[in-house]
Amino acid sequence: MTPLLEVKNLKKYFKTAGGTLHAVDNVSFTLDRGKTLGVVGESGCGKTTLGRTVLHLTNPTDGEIFFEGNNITNPSKHELKKLREDMQIIFQDPFSSLDPRMTVSEAIMEPLLLKGGMSKDDMREQTRKLMDTVGLAERFEHSYPHELDGGRRQRIGIARALALEPKFIVCDEPVSALDVSIQAQVINLMLDLQEERGLTYMFVTHDLSVVKYISDDIMVMYLGQVVEKAPAEELFQNTLHPYSKALLSAIAVPKYPNDTKRILIEGEITSPVDPKPGCRFMARCRYACEECKNPQRLVEHAPGHFVSCCRYKEINNIRENKEEKVNE
Amino acid sequence: MGENLLEIKNLSVEYHTDDAVVYAVNNISFEVKKGESIGLVGETGAGKTTIAKSVLGILPQLQAKIKSGEIYFEGNDLLKLSEKEMQKIRGNKIAMIFQDPMTALNPIETVGFQIAEAIKRHNKIKRQEARERAEDMLEMVGIPGERYRDYPHEFSGGMKQRVVIAMALACNPELLLADEPTTALDVTIQAQVLDMMRNLRQKLNTSVVLITHDFGVVADFCDSVAVTYAGEIVERGSVDRIFNNPKHPYTQGLFESIPRLDSNENRLKPIKGLMPDPTHLPEGCRFAERCPYATEECTAAPPEAYEIEPGHFVKCFKVKEGEK
Repeated sequence: MTPLLEVKNLKKYFKTAGGTLHAVDNVSFTLDRGKTLGVVGESGCGKTTLGRTVLHLTNPTDGEIFFEGNNITNPSKHELKKLREDMQIIFQDPFSSLDPRMTVSEAIMEPLLLKGGMSKDDMREQTRKLMDTVGLAERFEHSYPHELDGGRRQRIGIARALALEPKFIVCDEPVSALDVSIQAQVINLMLDLQEERGLTYMFVTHDLSVVKYISDDIMVMYLGQVVEKAPAEELFQNTLHPYSKALLSAIAVPKYPNDTKRILIEGEITSPVDPKPGCRFMARCRYACEECKNPQRLVEHAPGHFVSCCRYKEINNIRENKEEKVNE
Repeated sequence: MGENLLEIKNLSVEYHTDDAVVYAVNNISFEVKKGESIGLVGETGAGKTTIAKSVLGILPQLQAKIKSGEIYFEGNDLLKLSEKEMQKIRGNKIAMIFQDPMTALNPIETVGFQIAEAIKRHNKIKRQEARERAEDMLEMVGIPGERYRDYPHEFSGGMKQRVVIAMALACNPELLLADEPTTALDVTIQAQVLDMMRNLRQKLNTSVVLITHDFGVVADFCDSVAVTYAGEIVERGSVDRIFNNPKHPYTQGLFESIPRLDSNENRLKPIKGLMPDPTHLPEGCRFAERCPYATEECTAAPPEAYEIEPGHFVKCFKVKEGEK
């Protein structure tokens, strides 16, 4: 079966006064129908740009994107409009992503209007159905965004994204701005919608507990590159890349007493402008050596588990030829 | 640990706006011992920041009204002090770290100047000496002293937060109010900053009131927890009690809404509904509307805080009756 989405060597560079900023650098992945790919990383790792580039909200510098087997790297205007029906996005900030002068029903109806070909009554009917689907009571129909709380606003964002019945949705930090009790409501809604409609999600976030909960596969990004990609459970059980290890150990787990050992990484993320060819994490990595100055390749360690680190076997005590962990 | 450094008794704060009265903090009492670190946990609008601002006396003067209560710090009621007396305490004995390091610093002064300014304000020392101490403070939070002359925009978010912490600790305060100090930071940087704050706390024996919505940060940093909801403390106790034996339905609900890394739950259990509008608080228990155990009794009158174990207080009728 062809995957719903296939991305090959995708690059997105931005020209800045100081040089070329490598926001997304050689990222490849496939995403099957009905699955969720979690993309995690810290601010500036390129996760949002990746989502936007896949959707053609910004044009890729290089690489190829296939959607349902069709190459959509350079779509014509007409093709792009068609694509928009299939690929949607939910934005992070429900406060700034809605037009403050549109009522709830106007905002949800807008995509239907743009698509055209529907009578006004049908559109109203459809809007009501959408509001019901995302759990917005009918009495909010004529409310403006500023009258609603963050959770309800994010539900409008979800309803807008669902309006044209897309197959694929990029969710860019959709619950980060919400309080935990509301966050759980919205996550459950998104999971229900996925099950009912067979949606495929690309879930971009910095919240690792949320991503583990919602994703089938997780991709860890650092400075525009994928450093590790694995099924969610596998990534947490058997973390291989030094950066992923540090990232996962840095999560403040709400548990007491908490005996997890922290791996503190020194310093801060380095500049994505004109990076050197070697491993990008090298400057902060405790295992860095000469070899790391060479370009790194993503290798498949176990089925579906990819890692981009030349010393990962040594670091994790994995013997050559024998794919088993040795106790220290 | 021993005597109380800070003791808040029956504090109520209201905000008066053009068309309504916001009941932000309602009859809150808690105390902080010397060297203790307490986490004030709760969702947006629960009144956490208002509590901290009341302690420092920096509530917006026009709108905010302290309805009742006392705030004892080293035995004196801060609410009775004059502005001049408060100025001697503010930044000196009690310091605050704000959530957003980007807006807490003056963009047109060097960071070193801003730290030295605080030191000079409260100590009669020479400029050179203040400068040296500011450099020491920078070093202490892990920033090279040479960066004294740099401006805030030359630092990253994590570094700026370190500068803000250095500024807050410059006068060796007895009490530090930290309002979401790591919320704006990435996890790896959050871990660095928390680690640093923990070390500094041990070194200087500063008491900390940590305001956060993140239970993970609390588990990592605090000795005790106060869970706030709609301007009240609904449950309070040691970290161990609150994390391993939460009694209030709201606290339990919060824990169940967090996706856990250590379990494979298939579905989160969100708390239904929303926090009540602070301009129209319900008569009875503030949480009753969302509470799965609520009965008529709960909506009739608000429950008192019951001490179910020494130091573990819960504001819930059901817990008092031992039904739960």
